[in-house]
Amino acid sequence: MFDQLDQIFVALKHLLMGYVPAVGQPFVSALLSVVMVLAVFPGFFAIVTILERKGLGRIQNRPGPNRVGFPWPLNRLFKSRLAGFGQFIPDGIKSLTKEDIVPRAADKVVHFLAPVVMLIPVLLAYAVLPFGKNMTIADYDAGVLFFYAVGGAVEVSVFMAGWSSHNKYSLLGAMRAIAQMISYEIPLILSAVTVIMIVGSLNLNDIIARQNTYTFGIAHWHVFTPWGFAGFILFVIAALAESNRSPFDLPEAESEIIAGYYTEYSGFKFALFFLGEYLGMFAIIGLGITLFLGGWTAPFSFLTWIPSWIWFFSKLLALVFLFIWIRGTLPRLRMDQLMNFAWKFMLPMALLNIAAAGLWHFMGANALRWPVCAAILAAAYVLLGRGLMHKQKLGKRTYRYAE
Amino acid sequence: MSLPFLITAFVTLFAAAAAMSLRNLVHCALAFVVVFAGLAAMYLQLGAQFAGFAQILVYVGAIAILIVFAILLTRSGETPNQAVLAPGWLAGMMISAGVFATLGWLVLNSKALPKGSSEAPVVTVKNIGDVLMNKYVLPLEIIGLLLTAAMIGAVVIALKEPSKTDYSGRKT
Amino acid sequence: MTPLQVCLLVSALLFAIGFAGAVTRRHAILALVGIELMLNAANLNLIAFWRFGPNPGALAGFIFVLFSMALAAAEAAVGLALIIAIYRHKKTSNLDEVKELKG
Repeated sequence: MFDQLDQIFVALKHLLMGYVPAVGQPFVSALLSVVMVLAVFPGFFAIVTILERKGLGRIQNRPGPNRVGFPWPLNRLFKSRLAGFGQFIPDGIKSLTKEDIVPRAADKVVHFLAPVVMLIPVLLAYAVLPFGKNMTIADYDAGVLFFYAVGGAVEVSVFMAGWSSHNKYSLLGAMRAIAQMISYEIPLILSAVTVIMIVGSLNLNDIIARQNTYTFGIAHWHVFTPWGFAGFILFVIAALAESNRSPFDLPEAESEIIAGYYTEYSGFKFALFFLGEYLGMFAIIGLGITLFLGGWTAPFSFLTWIPSWIWFFSKLLALVFLFIWIRGTLPRLRMDQLMNFAWKFMLPMALLNIAAAGLWHFMGANALRWPVCAAILAAAYVLLGRGLMHKQKLGKRTYRYAE
Repeated sequence: MSLPFLITAFVTLFAAAAAMSLRNLVHCALAFVVVFAGLAAMYLQLGAQFAGFAQILVYVGAIAILIVFAILLTRSGETPNQAVLAPGWLAGMMISAGVFATLGWLVLNSKALPKGSSEAPVVTVKNIGDVLMNKYVLPLEIIGLLLTAAMIGAVVIALKEPSKTDYSGRKT
Repeated sequence: MTPLQVCLLVSALLFAIGFAGAVTRRHAILALVGIELMLNAANLNLIAFWRFGPNPGALAGFIFVLFSMALAAAEAAVGLALIIAIYRHKKTSNLDEVKELKG
């Protein structure tokens, strides 16, 4: 029964395809998959915005939005406020109905096209992610390369947005955002290279199939290996920086540069940028889950009866919660601190991670490789961390309280 | 040839003409991005999947951004108010038309063109990796060396010189 | 016209457009953009000959294109660094004004 539940979407799609004549089959197949992605992920985005606001509120010791309840005819019947979880509906209506202001000196065509150019590569990236067993839209042989290629195309839209607004803050924010994105793309790609090296394939389904075996009931996820653990941490930090999330959100922070490259955008275009940023975050988290956390596989062998897509979305939700937690906890990095961190710490760590993964592979299957690789990575972390911090004078942490 | 290929080719050529003839440099750079994307689409249609993805990754994700940064660092973002065409542009245009005429005549009348098969060869990443590591390992290592040299050279050339004062006390 | 001839004509036209741009425009960056267009036209040519050639399984043309892309990236980086350095020195990026070796 659970197998059928697992493949319910695939079966639904086959059922609908049975009604389509043979000439239209490829188009309708692609269309159905695209409609599913477009229906699920923006809905997930709406839920995550409200989760983020409530989560950040509770971290900051306040309740978050808690007023929105049922719309007008129904609130006479149900007086509940739903604890504010309906906030995304009025937020959506607000951003759709706000006035669309374009600055007079702005370059109109480029200003109009920038949100579109952001959204298209981000949505393309969902084509290679496996959401469940047999649930990939485009199972390319070079799937990871496709993902990184379309991820790099987002930087063009950031530049278009910043430059076309004809505003010094926008341009400065755009330049900072592009510098940050290209700096953190390298640790992102290098941490994925370790997985590709060990698995031997760029195909995402092959990577998941390699993680789908169980020893003593625990899955062979890559995150449970030393190089996988270091790679996963590097990937998460680089993913935070690629999606411009705290603590790497200097290019778009309100107290720093108003809103950076989308200062001059209002209404629906701003909503498209917001949507594009969050969808990009989900896509990168989805890739991280596929590469390191086993994709749609269960962590323990006695839990494999739960459908694969539930596992994927649970892991996605857990990592999104981790991102929200990091946003509420850590302070923002300054631009030079950010760039130093990328080039001086993360790049050497990523390269050493590749070396450790190679050592892991060539040491064969004996038990000695675990402590050796872990020791290499821990020593690198300590030495690199200490070595880069020796110029800064940091004392013990002191607390000051208001009297 | 199939209609999608012709449409992609037409869009690419139109964007290339726009990239070379627009006044505003940033518009040229954005038209250039369209050229790269169109070329990547053409590679995908010719069955060169890996080359298409690498084209987007390298050209759109890196070279186009580099060009944009250079445009902004040389303060060329505004529409220029002087002439955009160099003196002697007519001779340049005629020579390029001559080049195209020669190449076109060669392509259409050559007897040496291979016939070719109609189904695309299946190229997996494993094949590419095998070939790169066995047959073409020397060019791979040389390319690595060349990229390192180019990176160091670019950084050294574009580095800000520490300001010095010359013999009369002026700062250079 | 065979598909190979169509691809070759498109690449020849792209080459001619890149050449025209590199030779007729005054700005240094556009000359570099024209050179990149010419390199891309050559890449398209190589892919077309690989695809419709006698032995596509040997991947010779394909690997040539990958190396050519890496080379183009290196050359664009160095060329743009040169343009930035010249701008810093001469305060102009107009190709007609940097024709003297002095300074």
